[in-house]
Amino acid sequence: MSGGLRRLRQRLRAFARGAELDRDLEDEMAAHVELAIDDNIRAGLAPDEARRQALIRFGGLEQAKEQHRDARGLPWLEVLRQDLRHASRALRRDRGFALVAILILGLGIGANVAVFSVVNTILVRPLPLRDPHRLVWITGPPGAGGLSGISYSLDAYDQFRARNRSFADVTAYVPFFGSSDYKMTGRGEPQPVAGVIVAANFFDVLGVSPALGHAFTPEESRTGGRRAVLLSHPFWERQFAGDPAIVGQPVVLNGESYTVAGVAPSAFDFGAVFAPGTRIDIFVPAVLDDMREWGNTLVFIGRLAPGVGLPQAQAEADLLFPHLDFNAKHPDWNAGYKARLLDLKDHVSGTLRHSLLVLWCAVGMILLIVCVNLSNLLLARTAARSREFALRSALGAGRGRLVRQLLTESLLLASAGAALGLGFAAAITTCLARQGSIALPLLSSLRIDGAALGWTLLTAVISAVLFGLVPGFRMSGRNLQEVLKDSGPGMSEGRRHDRLRAGLVVSEVALACVLLVGAGLLLRSFLRVLEVDLGFEPDRAAAIKVDLDDGGNASRRAALLQEVLGRVRALPGIEAAGMSDMLPLDRNRSWGFAAKGQQYERGKYPDALLQVVTPGYLDAMGMRLRAGRDLRWEDSPDGEKVVIVNEAAARRLWPGEDPVGRIAMVNAGEARVIGVVADVRETSVEGEAGPEIYLPMTQARPVGAELVVRTRLAPGALASTVMSTLKAINPAQPAAEFRPIRAIVDHAVSPRRFFVLLVSAFAALGLALASLGIYGVISYSVTRRRQEIGIRLALGATARRVQLDVMSRTLELALAGIVIGAIASLALGRGIAALLFDTVPTDPATLVTTVLLLSSVAVVAGYIPARRASRISPMVTLRSD
Amino acid sequence: MGESRLDLLQGTLDLMVLQTLAAMGPRHGYGIARRIEQLSGEQILLNQGTIYASLVRLQQRGWISSEWGTSENNRKARFYSITKKGRKQLAEDAAYWERLSTVIGRVLATHGTTDR
Repeated sequence: MSGGLRRLRQRLRAFARGAELDRDLEDEMAAHVELAIDDNIRAGLAPDEARRQALIRFGGLEQAKEQHRDARGLPWLEVLRQDLRHASRALRRDRGFALVAILILGLGIGANVAVFSVVNTILVRPLPLRDPHRLVWITGPPGAGGLSGISYSLDAYDQFRARNRSFADVTAYVPFFGSSDYKMTGRGEPQPVAGVIVAANFFDVLGVSPALGHAFTPEESRTGGRRAVLLSHPFWERQFAGDPAIVGQPVVLNGESYTVAGVAPSAFDFGAVFAPGTRIDIFVPAVLDDMREWGNTLVFIGRLAPGVGLPQAQAEADLLFPHLDFNAKHPDWNAGYKARLLDLKDHVSGTLRHSLLVLWCAVGMILLIVCVNLSNLLLARTAARSREFALRSALGAGRGRLVRQLLTESLLLASAGAALGLGFAAAITTCLARQGSIALPLLSSLRIDGAALGWTLLTAVISAVLFGLVPGFRMSGRNLQEVLKDSGPGMSEGRRHDRLRAGLVVSEVALACVLLVGAGLLLRSFLRVLEVDLGFEPDRAAAIKVDLDDGGNASRRAALLQEVLGRVRALPGIEAAGMSDMLPLDRNRSWGFAAKGQQYERGKYPDALLQVVTPGYLDAMGMRLRAGRDLRWEDSPDGEKVVIVNEAAARRLWPGEDPVGRIAMVNAGEARVIGVVADVRETSVEGEAGPEIYLPMTQARPVGAELVVRTRLAPGALASTVMSTLKAINPAQPAAEFRPIRAIVDHAVSPRRFFVLLVSAFAALGLALASLGIYGVISYSVTRRRQEIGIRLALGATARRVQLDVMSRTLELALAGIVIGAIASLALGRGIAALLFDTVPTDPATLVTTVLLLSSVAVVAGYIPARRASRISPMVTLRSD
Repeated sequence: MGESRLDLLQGTLDLMVLQTLAAMGPRHGYGIARRIEQLSGEQILLNQGTIYASLVRLQQRGWISSEWGTSENNRKARFYSITKKGRKQLAEDAAYWERLSTVIGRVLATHGTTDR
């Protein structure tokens, strides 16, 4: 083994130092001949004869050298080197062809590598946590309850942690991100900091060790204990210039002093894993006892105990969860908890699997189209070079050697294409990784890694073989005579050859058709999503976070709200203004909400998503009041409690009746329904709206506050005036960002936009390649048939007639491809049905549009050569041979 | 002339080179070729050039080593000598060769009797 290796190494070295060894050998052989001459002279021969005899005995000098080279080096590498030299010379001679081929390959391979990297990052690569496959996501089954419906209470957390046997440990965090926003003061301008509240053991259970400092201690999650905070890596670099001395220093958050316990490692991006498209700056340990009365605020993550599988854990959870208490002080308030256990990775990226696979198929098709296209180009080229090959083979080049030569050219093209493609892919992935606003998990860790490089190599080799083999075998498989005859100038092309090329174009058009139909369906779905009645008007409205310093006093808050809104409304350009504690499609919470006097089964108590809003909020958001009235400032803290409901809530609680004036149970208190609004898409754009209620901020306590303004101007233009008004009222108002409501909607539909954009880009590429293919084949056949066309023109055919012939040939090919493609699309339609929104896979409009688009592109692609054909001068062609 | 000489079987040249170097000590390519021709009683007439392919092969296997030196009549030449590993290999190959030639001799002898 080691001997073999050493020999290989020596042979490689010999191969690399070929020239030097050749010189050495020449010296040695010269010495050999001289020694032989000396001997011969000593034996009595004349000097001339002595030299002649010596040379005869030595044998062929060149032969000896060649034998020596074979023995010491790697003969096949030598041949490869020759092939490469030939190939690059041949390609340099045909620069136009080479550039087009490399560009096409670059696009195809680049798209493939980029998508591979996305798939690898999101689906394949393990989460950046220790033993990630042992981590389990534990939440309630998804329902209309939004985040509250999938989260649990603190008492449930303690009980589950104590009672379960399946998990080594269970941790939790508060998924209501916006509600743990902090205001950092004492370091320059007051500024908002996005935080997440996590259980003290969060980092230990996930297996994340801080880059600096330490993870939280139990002391830091005790009431009255030391307040600690852990910084995210980007926040630490941005805010504290990456200064390690910050660990152990105090920072002031919401007016209280916290000690910086440490800095999370750069590889741990909380948002990328748990809240795609969200930025998290700090981690705050949950002070558990302060959270007892918060209700359902925690989602769980467990680390399986050794030897326990997911089904076993699920079975145990099915037994334990129904008995967990919502509030241990009131065991009779049965929460009816259920749990669905998912591999954490499945939770993070499972829903994207289908979309990503579709995306992967799309780029796979692109690569196929690229290969078919190149096959066609190469066929045309080999046809033109067939005489060169016939000559070489007549001179004794073996068939294998010719195929190898062609394959080498393909490989050379593919490598150049792969290098270009890698460049494209790197640009695409870098660009995507920086798009913080796309709500796709793990996207920030997107990069070209070793696996992607491997994939590049694989696609390059596969495509080289795919597009290189067909022309290679066609070339070498024909007998010499046929080639020489077929390629004689002025002869019509062999039929077999023609049919093969036509078949390639048809398959290319068919593939492009499938891609276009898929992209069309996704695009139509996306447009449908954009047309969805959100229940509010996202355009011309913007929101800004407001620091409400009410000291927990409701009457003080009412006065403050009135002042802020009064002054903001007085600003020029403001049409309406209002406040809410949360915004739709941003974050949400739910409360129990029922008709008074109605009895409900255990665990079936209805709930509704809840927003605490001020008068004017409905107008500012562009929501529609269907019945009753908006909130008023007269709905005071000590007046009658009131609530506005949406139509879904009205239908659910008072089916077929007028809800206005009825009394509802909001959590434990009563409130009178004063109005009904149209349903708002609160949790997602694509899902139906569930029950929603709006409580007055004068009566209910908000968690945070967003000021929403509707303007006649661009929202950005108002940012500074609104900000200075807020600062004038409250100097501690942090410099918050002005968010257009449209941006929030865009964020919610960003995954769909991402996929539509990519698939459409691929379809456009496919279309361009297919049209190039059609153009290439038709143009080539016109060139080949110059003489025939010339004769027909000479015999009296009109130019129009010739043009029509060429066009009809083009359409024949295109239509064959379209028909096959359409049938294939219909068959494959079910595969993407799950990704469509309000669109059927057989959507006639999409199909018709695709057919028309492809046909018109084919017409254009065929028209150029057709025009050329009709302008052939009979005299010139006939004379030219 | 070709008919009366022996063609070399694959690998036999390597064996003869090893044996020559083992018996005679360091030699240059020409010396080895001449020695083989002389020992075979001029039965083997080498294309002397082929010896160099054999020499490079043996050297790559680590069975012989070489260095430039000066010949008895003051010419610069590359001298080859057998290594320890080469001697071991030679012993193995020689034993193998002897067994093979014995067996072949026996087989040919049988053939002679049945033919009659």
